[in-house]
Amino acid sequence: MSNILIIILSSLGAIFILLAAIGFVRMPDTYLRISVTTKAVTLGVGLILASAAVYFDDLSVTSRVLAIVLFIILTSPVGAHLIGRASYFSGNKMWGKSITDELDGKYQPNSHKLSSGEEFEDEDEEEDKTEHKKSDLL
Amino acid sequence: MIIEEYLYYIILPILAVSVLLVFCRFVMGPSIADRVVALDLLITIGITLIAIYSIVYDQSTFLDIAMILGLIAFLSTVAFSYYLEKRNRKKREKQQREEQQDE
Repeated sequence: MSNILIIILSSLGAIFILLAAIGFVRMPDTYLRISVTTKAVTLGVGLILASAAVYFDDLSVTSRVLAIVLFIILTSPVGAHLIGRASYFSGNKMWGKSITDELDGKYQPNSHKLSSGEEFEDEDEEEDKTEHKKSDLL
Repeated sequence: MIIEEYLYYIILPILAVSVLLVFCRFVMGPSIADRVVALDLLITIGITLIAIYSIVYDQSTFLDIAMILGLIAFLSTVAFSYYLEKRNRKKREKQQREEQQDE
């Protein structure tokens, strides 16, 4: 019974990871690639680690697997957001057929300032605040 | 069929093929962000490889190494993105200074 469960879990996980790798090669854009790696690979890793937990059937192994899966679920969106932000700020172009760019016009490359769009009108008054905001953005 | 053989002859080759595909993108990735994401993905697939090996050889202690690899993957992504942003800012400040000198 547990053998069938292990086979199902590990096969599903391997298929998800293979699909993520194919998508990672085929996607036309850095941001689309990042979205592929965050979701599909997290699911695949979770399934394969769950199959390891079922195989050993031991409390210490299960708690270790739970810790790994929880850590990956917590950290992979954070890492994806950080690297996507860095690549947007470095001027990486989006795919030509992308529909919206919600940050369009809201980021000033010269002062490294990101806002909701209305604060750019009185530029002189905010000159002294720029330093403060820079340190916030770090 | 024994479970170890199934994992060894079917699951591990699938994972190996996906590692090769990700490595393709790592080599040819147009921007440096692609390479960082590919590195993160390689380490994450390495975690699953370790989990499969720990089943095949019946050694549950391998999973500790998987945990450490997960930590290293997150740390490297954060550090790389931090330094990418820093480098861009330095480049832009240099450009601004040159423009001011031209004026």
